[in-house]
Amino acid sequence: MRYACLIYYDPKKLFGGSAEAKAALEQCEGYDEALKESGHFVAAEALEMPEGSMTLTVRDGKMSAVDGPFMETRDMLGGIIVIDAADLNEAVRVAGGHPLARIGAIEVRPVVDFSTPPPEL
Amino acid sequence: MAASEAEAALEAAYRKEKRRVLATLIRLLGGFDAAEEALHEAFAAAAQRWPREGVPKNPYAWLVSAGRFKTIDRWRREGRQAALLPELAVLMEPFEEPEMPKAVADDELRLIFTCCHPALAPDQRVALTLREVGGLTTEEIARAYLATPPTIAQRIVRAKAKIRDEAIPYAVPGRAELAERFESVLRVVYLVFSEGYAATGGPVLTRADLCAEAIRLGRLVVGLTGEAEASGLLALMLINEARRASRTDAAGDIVLLEAQDRVLWDRAMIAEAGELIAAAFASHGVGPYTLQAAIAALHAEAASFAATDWQAIVSLYDVLLRVDPSPVVRLNRAAALGMRDGPDAGLAAVDVAMAAGGLDAYHLAHAARADMLRRLGRTADARAAYGKALELVHQEAERRFLERRLAALENG
Repeated sequence: MRYACLIYYDPKKLFGGSAEAKAALEQCEGYDEALKESGHFVAAEALEMPEGSMTLTVRDGKMSAVDGPFMETRDMLGGIIVIDAADLNEAVRVAGGHPLARIGAIEVRPVVDFSTPPPEL
Repeated sequence: MAASEAEAALEAAYRKEKRRVLATLIRLLGGFDAAEEALHEAFAAAAQRWPREGVPKNPYAWLVSAGRFKTIDRWRREGRQAALLPELAVLMEPFEEPEMPKAVADDELRLIFTCCHPALAPDQRVALTLREVGGLTTEEIARAYLATPPTIAQRIVRAKAKIRDEAIPYAVPGRAELAERFESVLRVVYLVFSEGYAATGGPVLTRADLCAEAIRLGRLVVGLTGEAEASGLLALMLINEARRASRTDAAGDIVLLEAQDRVLWDRAMIAEAGELIAAAFASHGVGPYTLQAAIAALHAEAASFAATDWQAIVSLYDVLLRVDPSPVVRLNRAAALGMRDGPDAGLAAVDVAMAAGGLDAYHLAHAARADMLRRLGRTADARAAYGKALELVHQEAERRFLERRLAALENG
C-alpha cells in the first residue's frame, strides 16, 4: 500500500538555528536516500514557505484565488513523502525515521485505492 | 537462471519464510523495529541478487544473514557502534546457519511467548500476535475486528513500546512461570478463533480468515510444545470449524445444532480432532480445552441430535466444572442436563446457575431459560425470557435468531 507522509513543523523552530534543528535538516537528504535503498520510496518533495502559496476555489464556475495557505496555523505543511509499505505499522515505523519527526510532526495517511468504494459519510 | 524463476522463488520464500525469518531476526537484533527493517532490507537484497546469483540453497539462512549484515552496515553508518557495542558483538559472532528446524521453531516459540506476555493487555496480545506471528497486515486485523487501522496500529505500537521499555525478554519462560504464560498463549489463540467464529458485533456471523489463522497458530503451538492442552485447543477449534458450513443458512441466519445438516460437517477435521483428544487424554495433561473439545467431539460424532450421548456430556461438564468453575460452564452443563433429564430439570439447573451469579447480562443464559420454558409450555414466561435475551444481544444474526424464536412462540 501507499502512504503519504505529511511533514508539519513550526518554521520558527526548524529554521531558528538550534543545533538540534540544524542536525535534523542535514539528515533529511540521507533519509530520502535510505528510503530509495530500502525500496520504500515513491516520491518526495519539500515545500516552500506558505507565504508563497495561493489557495483557489471555484464556485458556480467562478474562480477565486487568494494568497496564503488553506489553513493558517503555527505549524505548516512543509513536505510530502509518498512511501510504499506493507501496512500502516510499517509506514509508521518508516516515517518515524524521518529526522523532522524529532522537530515537528508527521501525519501518515493512506493514499486512496480507487478500486475500493468511496467512504460513506 | 531465468529471472522469472528467481522471482517465483522469492515469492515462495516471502510466503513461506517471512514469518520465520522475522522471528529469528527479532531474537538476533533484540527488537521488533530493527528486525522488521532488516527483514524488509533482506528481501530487497534478495530481489536484486537472486536473479543474478541464483537462488540460495537455504533461503531462510540467506535472508537472516542478509538482514543481519544490512543492520550492521546501517548501525555503522549511523555511528551507533559505541552505544550498541554489546548488540554488535552478538551480531558479529559467526551466525550458525540454523539448518535444523528445531532452532528456527524455537525462535517462533520465543516470539509467541513475547507477543502473549501477560504484561500486555489482552487486545494488545491479540493484535501483536496476529501481526508478528500471523503475518497479517494492520489493515487486515482492523477489518477483522471492525476497528480502524489507526486504532490497531496504535495498539501494536504501544505493545512494542511496552516490550521495549519493560525489557520483556524474547524467551520461552522458565519452568516456574511456564504454566501461566502458556495459558496466556492458548487464550490469545482461542480469542482470535472465537472472534472469527462468533463475532461479538457486526453483520457477519463468522470471519473465516480469523478462524483459519487461529488454527494455523494452534498447529504451530502444538508442533512447538507438544502440550496436551495445546492439542485440546486445536481439537476444539477443528471441531467448531468442521461445522462452519452448517451453522448458518443461505440468508446468514443461525441454524441450531439440533437442526444442522450433519452431512455438511467436515469429517476429516472431526477425525483429526478425535486423534488429538485421544492423545491429550493419554498424556494425563487434560485441562479445560481438552474437556471442551471432548464435549464438542461427542456432539460431532453423534449420528443425529437425538442419538447424542447426553449422559457422557453431562459427566464431562462435571469434570470441566471442577477445573473451570465459570458461569458459562455452569450454564452449558444446565443446558445439557435439560437434554438428558428433560426441561423441568433443565430449568431448575439454569436457575441454579444464574443464581450463582455472572450470567444476568449474558443473552444466551436468558435464551437457554426461554427454551426450557418453551418446552414446558409456559409461553408467557418464555416470551419474557426471550425479550430479556433480545435486550442483551449485540450480534445481528443472533438477534434475528431470537426474534424468530419469539415469533414462533406467538404463532405456535
